[in-house]
Amino acid sequence: MEIVVNMQGITKEFPGVIANDKVDFDLRQGEIHALLGENGAGKSTLMSVLFGLFHPDEGSISIRGEEVRINSPRDATKLGIGMVHQHFKLVHNFTVAQNIILGEEDTKNGLLTMEKSIDKIRKLSELYKLKVDPYAKIEDISVGQQQRVEILKMLYREADILILDEPTAVLTPQEIDELIKILKSLAQEGKSIILITHKLKEIKMAADRCTVLRLGKKIGTVNVKKTTNEELAEMMVGREISFTIDKKKAEAGEVVLKVERLCVHSDRSKRDVVKEMGFEVRKGEILCIAGIEGNGQTELVEALTGLRPISGGSVVLNGKDITHASIRERSLAGMAHVPEDRQRHGLVLDYPLEYNLILQQYFAPPFQKKGFLQFAPIRSYAEKLIDAFDIRTGKGAIALARNMSGGNQQKAIIAREMSRHTDLLIAVQPTRGLDVGAIEYIHDLLVSQRDEGKAVLLISLDLYEVMSLSDRIVVIYEGENVGEFDPASVTERELGLYMSGSKRREAS
Amino acid sequence: MKDLWTKTLERIGRSPTRIEATSSVMAIVCGLLFGLALMLIVNPLEAFPGFFTVITGPFQEGLRSLGNMFYFGVPIILTGLSVAFAFRTGLFNIGATGQLTMGALTAVYIGVNWGFLGPFHWVVAVLGAMLAGALWGAIPGLLKAFRNVHEVVTSIMLNYVAMYFNTMIIMNFLYDFQASRTAHPLPSARLPVLFLQNIFPGSRINIGIFIAVFFVAITHILLKKTTFGYELKATGFSRDASRYAGMNEKRNIVLAMVIAGAISGVAGAMMYLIPGRHLPYETILITEGFTGIAIALLGLSAPIGVMLAGLFYGALHQGGTYLQLYDFRPEIIDIIIAVIIYFSALSLFLQKIVKTFIDKRTKASMGLSEEVETR
Repeated sequence: MEIVVNMQGITKEFPGVIANDKVDFDLRQGEIHALLGENGAGKSTLMSVLFGLFHPDEGSISIRGEEVRINSPRDATKLGIGMVHQHFKLVHNFTVAQNIILGEEDTKNGLLTMEKSIDKIRKLSELYKLKVDPYAKIEDISVGQQQRVEILKMLYREADILILDEPTAVLTPQEIDELIKILKSLAQEGKSIILITHKLKEIKMAADRCTVLRLGKKIGTVNVKKTTNEELAEMMVGREISFTIDKKKAEAGEVVLKVERLCVHSDRSKRDVVKEMGFEVRKGEILCIAGIEGNGQTELVEALTGLRPISGGSVVLNGKDITHASIRERSLAGMAHVPEDRQRHGLVLDYPLEYNLILQQYFAPPFQKKGFLQFAPIRSYAEKLIDAFDIRTGKGAIALARNMSGGNQQKAIIAREMSRHTDLLIAVQPTRGLDVGAIEYIHDLLVSQRDEGKAVLLISLDLYEVMSLSDRIVVIYEGENVGEFDPASVTERELGLYMSGSKRREAS
Repeated sequence: MKDLWTKTLERIGRSPTRIEATSSVMAIVCGLLFGLALMLIVNPLEAFPGFFTVITGPFQEGLRSLGNMFYFGVPIILTGLSVAFAFRTGLFNIGATGQLTMGALTAVYIGVNWGFLGPFHWVVAVLGAMLAGALWGAIPGLLKAFRNVHEVVTSIMLNYVAMYFNTMIIMNFLYDFQASRTAHPLPSARLPVLFLQNIFPGSRINIGIFIAVFFVAITHILLKKTTFGYELKATGFSRDASRYAGMNEKRNIVLAMVIAGAISGVAGAMMYLIPGRHLPYETILITEGFTGIAIALLGLSAPIGVMLAGLFYGALHQGGTYLQLYDFRPEIIDIIIAVIIYFSALSLFLQKIVKTFIDKRTKASMGLSEEVETR
């Protein structure tokens, strides 16, 4: 088989970090090649070098045997390289066809000639079984279809080297199967595909070969068929990783949070985005709200924590009605909240770590006396938490939150929320964007909180996390509770059907 | 000597605040050089002596000129403080001029009419100015907090409202038709000069400098040491995060504007409760409020920094009073200050220059010293 991409000794240094350290990478014609590594391992940097977004400090790139310099994405497109970014780059109020031709428009006397282009799009989508309506607007189609539009965009530009950055992050299990089928048929047609991911299961399902990066260095390239998941994980992390979470059976106690017929409006319209939602969380259990992104989870949590007004129904915490209580009242009534957007809500980025660790307690003794901050107790509290939760910063307690890594920012938030001795912990996607080691640590912490008798409400998009952590699962679809499940007696596929709205049942 | 130089550079390089301060100093130097260039163009012969007089302004006539530096600095320190304080809460208070005008008008009104207060007369006038400024600051604060109207728009508009209101009140109640100007506050409303007259004989210094320093100290402590300051700064850095933390960010925004307005209001009292100065009755904006924005910028929005920058302004202003002796117009001082402001607006750019310069120098000298050692 012909080698279409050959990257030799790629080194790329950013101030303070070597993102890629003499990395070799090759892609064969017609294969699906997975690029595996933790966050910060250098996967995206390597692909950005190939796509012309960064210039390497050292190393060479050859495409189809010819050494090239790729200075911009435009150069990359000319060489037949296409990339689907993790966050789609689509114009939402344009149609599918308009998005696909954007930048490559066919014109006649300065006027658009869409017919020819739409013809070409039709042919492509038939050939590769990428079903989409060229006249549909992007905002009206599902995320899975939007991804197909992104793939069609590459094919329209006649790319035959396709890079997909974490393509499955936003998809349901069914859509993931679909995508993998599409990728395989593309490979059969002679396209060469690079798949950036940190999900081992998908690599096993889709890829032929896999290159593992760790801390900017290449660890090796393996044949996927001959390698086990455990071996891949060990290559990725550099130590053994347990895939199962050790936890005892839950001993659910009294009800801590009771939500009844909760309705929440969206920002702009008076439309309900959470509709008559009801559930209970008990002491000593982890209840997980599972669902695909954008089905009302964000609004639900904002309503529970007081960031957003509630338009109907009630929320009761520890027997106290908090439906219209302020955020501070809820926090004092025993609610802790690990927010979805850790940089926007979770931290004051320009405050030092020690100030961030007292964000809900600065007004209470021992941190406050007669209106003055008490610096000594603040410092010692911070040091205690830094120690207990292994928060790593260059400067300890006085490091600015902004200068901390994502994982340590999250650890700081979790440390703060878990140390407040509340009865309820609401955690929204607590492991999003973190590497395997940090995920493992945070999962263990959540389970230990449960074992200490706290009620934990977990909102997650990651089905693996849902299945392995929760004691009960509530599926949310378009803001409604469409079913409650015991993780021991339900499969991921079954959950996927409820999450995508193809099945529903009344809450038990 | 060389060692000392690199050591200083290293020490500056280690702290972001020091780098920022260095860039402020650079802005000042650039502004002064520009002023010198301007003077060379206008009148090359007198340029150097004139320039020398400007930068040594506060020492031209010994303690008298030094006292005047303080006198000129007081209102600017206060308006600068007002802008800086709001800025720490994430608000851009362009309305310092309006708040100052309202404060000045109230102070003069009390000063002219409430003579029955006796020895407390001036105190009440200052407190009245503070209250008026606070109310004037509260309006944009309330609009911002509850209706999300941008404070820049509202506070600018209120500058004009204050300006016309000022003219209206003066023409109707405070006009001295014999002298055809605003009536003058009674002697009991004048700011006390205390013992300062003995230290700085012949200067115009008065209690204002103590009041300014008092406000600097209060805001410094408030921002650095109190839970209220913790909340205000958190709201300034991130409204979302402070809301998440359960702070009442609406109340904080209003209070920050009230405090900022109060400080500007006091500045108004400091400017016109003085013998020989008359509150203008014409429809003109009082520029000290706008200069405050620049001083806040130059002082890095920190109370102590604002005080230093304000005193520097006072020094330049005092220097400017001598310029006519050299056949220059004193407005050159305003141009120099404007240029300094331009350069401090470029402070990010200057900071970058400072940083790379320091990095290069410290690296180079470290390499050099290693070489020396190996030899």
